[in-house]
Amino acid sequence: MNLVSAVFKRELRSYFVTPVAYVFIVVFLLLSGWVTFFPGGFYERGQADLSAFFSFHPWLYLFLVPPLSMRLWAEERRQGSIELLMTLPLELWHAVLGKFLAAWAFTGIALALTFPIWLTVNYLGDPDNGAIFTAYVGSLLLAGGFLAIGACVSALTKNQIIAFIITIVACLLLVLAGTPFVLDFFSGWVPSAIIDAIASLSFYTHFNSLSRGVIDLRDVAFFALLIGATLYANTIILRLTKAD
Amino acid sequence: MIDCQGLTKQYGPLRAVDNLTFKVQAGEVLGFLGPNGAGKTTTMRIIAGFLDATAGRVSVCGHDVESEPTAAKRCIGYLPEGAPTYPEMTPRSFLEFVAEARGIPPARRRQRLQEVFGLLHLEHVLDQSIETLSKGYRRRVGLAQAIVHDPEVLILDEPTDGLDPNQKHEVRQLIGNMAKSKLVVISTHMLEEVDAVCNRAIIIAHGKICVDDTPAALEARSRFHNAVSMKPADATKLASIRNAVAKLAEVASTEIDSVSGRLTAFPAQGKLPLRPISALAEQNGWELAELHLESGRLDEVFRTVTGGASA
Repeated sequence: MNLVSAVFKRELRSYFVTPVAYVFIVVFLLLSGWVTFFPGGFYERGQADLSAFFSFHPWLYLFLVPPLSMRLWAEERRQGSIELLMTLPLELWHAVLGKFLAAWAFTGIALALTFPIWLTVNYLGDPDNGAIFTAYVGSLLLAGGFLAIGACVSALTKNQIIAFIITIVACLLLVLAGTPFVLDFFSGWVPSAIIDAIASLSFYTHFNSLSRGVIDLRDVAFFALLIGATLYANTIILRLTKAD
Repeated sequence: MIDCQGLTKQYGPLRAVDNLTFKVQAGEVLGFLGPNGAGKTTTMRIIAGFLDATAGRVSVCGHDVESEPTAAKRCIGYLPEGAPTYPEMTPRSFLEFVAEARGIPPARRRQRLQEVFGLLHLEHVLDQSIETLSKGYRRRVGLAQAIVHDPEVLILDEPTDGLDPNQKHEVRQLIGNMAKSKLVVISTHMLEEVDAVCNRAIIIAHGKICVDDTPAALEARSRFHNAVSMKPADATKLASIRNAVAKLAEVASTEIDSVSGRLTAFPAQGKLPLRPISALAEQNGWELAELHLESGRLDEVFRTVTGGASA
């Protein structure tokens, strides 16, 4: 665990010595505030809850997580530091987990900095803070899912632009998986069991109930399994392609 | 110690490393020589555990690199080609990370890092980001990273490539100081480096070992070994001097370098022509601007054994 923490600390620290961290946090806070009040109609809804805030998170992450995840491995390859990392006495999974957790903790920091919206809703009314807490956890899990996919894609290439585009497309498909956009394409020629399986991959559906404060173990398990499986795939990809 | 047995690496149709077998013991400073593309970096990457061999096996300090990679990596300090680091970090935070990842206990970490900073003269740049450092300092950060855990085996891939002569000299001195108690493998295509730091040299070309010997023995392979070069003060005398020298029994052949106007007399098998030539010069009253004994030219041996191979 010490080795995971060494990688974690190095990675997290390097976010904050470049402008990446500050740009990300500022843009995330501005956008999440804006969508809550304008497209979300926070005041107009007249309800003391944060669903106007959380319902846009899948879309926010869709555009903000890929630029964060694209550099995870692609950058190591480009600058050659992967050779250094892979010749330290670490297991591959130490590096994979350390880097993922750092990126996840970083999005967690950005998410935690949205606390003024929570203060606002408590000042204006009497919201269900348990439900808000659940929604924050759900949002963090959602970000983790996006990041794990992005990290895995980043391990496939040394070109960050390619990593960015593939991650956006993959995440968009997963967000939309439960919607008619994707399901209509398959209906009619694909067995309904497979359509159900595709629909069950939807980030949107799994996040939706959590964002309303409903803890369904299946939703939590979905994100946990997705993150675990993707990180495992990330390890295998690195083992096969680390020196390419 | 390093033990390579039948090491082979295939990249598609290209055989980058072809059945290399060699052992290196503690106290040896092995210069790994070869033209660009000969397979030096590939071999070093396999030993360091970054690449998997297609066939053959390597063990470092008794640990097989493939079956016990972590134990093997613990004994190795490795400077990859070009000394990659994390450019946005400072040398201090970068080396703290390496020390932690190398499992140096927190209680000893600070002291060990101070030693390493001192050894590589990094004290003045510790809190500057690595990307703003000069090439020489960046190379030193790379070397520091390789020795943080005081490894038994040091593998340095082109440690002086791209440095200016002063920096080269400094890095070689550092390597020389570290080499006393360790096993060091250095790859290079600069031959003066072998003379400067190594006590053994392996020349490879096309992934195969061509020569494995001491630098002195390598020089002895040169046709220049024990040859005598001279330059008359008066260039018009060159032809007559050449005739006289060529008649000596100790001289097998003579050659004139048309650019420098220097005459070189190559020794006959097992003979030392210096004394007879200087006696001859004395006797005939030649005025020589230069007269010296050649020790052998590594670059010439290198070209001969690698067959002018390049990539």
